[in-house]
Amino acid sequence: MDLTGLLAFNVLSGIATFVLITLGLGVIYGMMRIINLAHGEFMMLGAYTTVSAVGAGVNIWIAMLVLPPLVVGLVGLVLERALIRFLYGRMMDMMLATWGVSLGLIGISSTIYGNVVRGVTAPLGGFNIGRYGASLYSFVIILVAIACLVGLYALLRLTKFGLILRAAMQNPRMAAALGISPSIVYMATFTLGAALAGLAGGVLAPISGISPNMGAAYIANAFITVLGGGPAIIAGTGIASVIFGAINQIVSFVANPVLGTVSLLVFAVIMIRILPQGITGRFFRNSL
Amino acid sequence: MKFNSAWAGFIAVLIAGLVVLFAVPQIVSLFGIVQMTVFVAMAMYALSQGFLWGFGGIMCFGQASFLGLGAYAYAITAINLGDTSWGMLAGVAVPAIFALLLGYFMFYGRISDAYIGVITLTVSVILFQLINSTSGAQYHIGQAELGGFNGIPSVPTLNMPGDVSNVLSPTGIWYVSMALLIIVYALLRLALASRFGRVVVAIRENETRAMLLGYDARLYKLLSFTISAAIAGLAGCIYDNWGGFISPTIFGLAMSAEVIIFVLVGGLGTLIGPILGGVGLQYVMNLAGTQHKVDPNLGLGVVLVAFVLLVPQGVVPVIRDKAMQLFIRRGAKAARIQETSP
Amino acid sequence: MSEIVPLLEARNVTMRFGGVTAVDDVSLVLGEVELRCLIGPNGAGKSTFFKTLTGQLNPTEGRIKLRGQDVTGLLPNQIARLGVGIKTQIPNVFNGLTAYENVLVAAQRGRSAAMAKAMVEKTLARLRLEPVARRQVGQLAHGQRQWVEIATVLAQEPDLILLDEPAAGMTHEEVERTAELIKEINRTQALVVVEHDMQFIRMIAQTVTVFNQGKVLMEDHVDAVLADQRVRDVYIGKAAA
Repeated sequence: MDLTGLLAFNVLSGIATFVLITLGLGVIYGMMRIINLAHGEFMMLGAYTTVSAVGAGVNIWIAMLVLPPLVVGLVGLVLERALIRFLYGRMMDMMLATWGVSLGLIGISSTIYGNVVRGVTAPLGGFNIGRYGASLYSFVIILVAIACLVGLYALLRLTKFGLILRAAMQNPRMAAALGISPSIVYMATFTLGAALAGLAGGVLAPISGISPNMGAAYIANAFITVLGGGPAIIAGTGIASVIFGAINQIVSFVANPVLGTVSLLVFAVIMIRILPQGITGRFFRNSL
Repeated sequence: MKFNSAWAGFIAVLIAGLVVLFAVPQIVSLFGIVQMTVFVAMAMYALSQGFLWGFGGIMCFGQASFLGLGAYAYAITAINLGDTSWGMLAGVAVPAIFALLLGYFMFYGRISDAYIGVITLTVSVILFQLINSTSGAQYHIGQAELGGFNGIPSVPTLNMPGDVSNVLSPTGIWYVSMALLIIVYALLRLALASRFGRVVVAIRENETRAMLLGYDARLYKLLSFTISAAIAGLAGCIYDNWGGFISPTIFGLAMSAEVIIFVLVGGLGTLIGPILGGVGLQYVMNLAGTQHKVDPNLGLGVVLVAFVLLVPQGVVPVIRDKAMQLFIRRGAKAARIQETSP
Repeated sequence: MSEIVPLLEARNVTMRFGGVTAVDDVSLVLGEVELRCLIGPNGAGKSTFFKTLTGQLNPTEGRIKLRGQDVTGLLPNQIARLGVGIKTQIPNVFNGLTAYENVLVAAQRGRSAAMAKAMVEKTLARLRLEPVARRQVGQLAHGQRQWVEIATVLAQEPDLILLDEPAAGMTHEEVERTAELIKEINRTQALVVVEHDMQFIRMIAQTVTVFNQGKVLMEDHVDAVLADQRVRDVYIGKAAA
């Protein structure tokens, strides 16, 4: 019974982690059809923002939840203006360029911080599920993931910005007709995606080893989730996160993390073979 | 006429390759020969990507998967069986079979080009994570301990086939690996000139038209992908023979990125371009590796972004086109002179 | 009971995209070495119907048979191997290859190297493409690229040739030559030709099938079709308006 409770809790926080690491990538891909290979490095920058801020004596919650999205969003904004906007409509070139950005960011942070692993102490403590100990911080991850999904939904559904965004993604000329330049919409979307990646990096900083190469650890899962989820950002990310997060956690728990990763990959590859357009490409087509 | 000039170029490259093959042991020190072997490995690796991307039109973002699988298969087989000839065989076969399976899922699933990039990249990351987490004695294949992030130390280097006690010298390894590079280059050139190669290029140009002419594009893509993986695996075997050890970093994203940069810099749609790009950039990276102020990834990133923005078709095609323009201009002038003087 | 099996038999073919029905219950029978013209206003479903014949689209309903063999749902490459060649509406060629290489890719399938080469040379001569044989197709004029595409189709020696607007964008002389070519091809092979140009239709046509709004409006001899009031209404009337 205790074990079941612990497993359920771990599965839940595993799913939340998938949501967090995927959402920024999903926003940029779903809205702009850009596969941002620098996504992992955006997360890495978010985590380093937290490390640096905590080191400078900033309150841990601000260092995790407020500063990373601001800093990384700004980085995204600058990159979009300086590089990305010249490559719209050239999908492969865009992937190569964002990969270049990814390598560049790894290089810069290695040069500044050195190739060592750092950490941030998780706030809150632990609690017990029967005989087993679990981390209270996992609740924070779950809450932030839920808040992100709800917030994004509200942004797209309820605000004028969201309406413009959805219109622009359906048809760029339509947005132009509404008096909004598509260029501004793309800029805002890329910035939003970068900020979400930064937030994920900040929130996950206490539970991950922070190093210049940490991005690679996340992008595989993030890509699988985005491709598996399909075109609808929120529903797709949500459903795919539930499936992949659960598989990963359960197999890791029953067998070992290596097998957890293998089963995740095998499942994802087969699923993409069956549903090349992702889950929301076939089902729930009209969701967001 | 184009036919003749193309074959003249092919013969010239072969002769140049043979000259390098025999000249290097004469003029380069023993340490230098060992270093040259890694250039050959990188050239072979670049060739695998140059063929797949430049001619097959398939963007593999995880080519390091096949390099790494080749290197690990070679190491594990050679440690278990002793004779490295089996290692070479496994180093080619394992990545090829893996590519056959992965390619079947991708190409027969009609997955778009961008998705193929993402899936291949994801697979390479997962292979990295997998091998990286195999520390400890419980993870072993036969007598070969996988060693997790520490990798496999003391991988046997090449021996004479069938004679385990007769281990090749670094010069011997040089001859074998450089000869393999020349052979693979020649085979690829011949394959591209064959009806198979024509169809592969035709599919790159226009998949729909190729299908309407009766060619199964999925099958040809799968074959190109598998051939490319086998070549990358061979590069992995040579790589093992350079350092005598192998670690999971061979699966790393940097390795997959490097080979794309080799091809981009050397030139898309040529075979010699990627080879030169691989050798040249590996040389530059070796130089850059000796300084510790700036991380080499930064340089790779800047080169990649710059090439995509400024010269997306690569250096060799640009030079070739410039030479061609010069040639055509001169030819046109000659033609004009002929016309005016009957 | 020895009925003659037609070369092509499309039965009740329907193609829907979401809520739009592009081809609506079309049946068409074509005999060996027959020449058929399809006419109809833009958006009548002619090109979509062609795509169901070549396997580029899988019809929502209905069956397609080639010499009695059901080919519904086969892939384009499988149908091509059964002897169907198509020139699509927008030139569909290998732009990075030379005209010679374009035709060679088509000619080499199922032939020895020497036979393929002979076929390429014969086809290029037939279409008067020899002067541009070594030029990259991407650099050729629109009309010439159409010819290259027709050459690739002919080099396969298909039994059934589908031509989607073969005369579009051609000069008057080129149009006349195309008409001559179609008649010449028709001595040995069956053709279905989609065209808008009425003069062109008059030059080549015997039997004409008229498409309108995804359906077959009528099918008759060319003179009867062109004299028909309904055809004038949907087609010529529209053009005049």
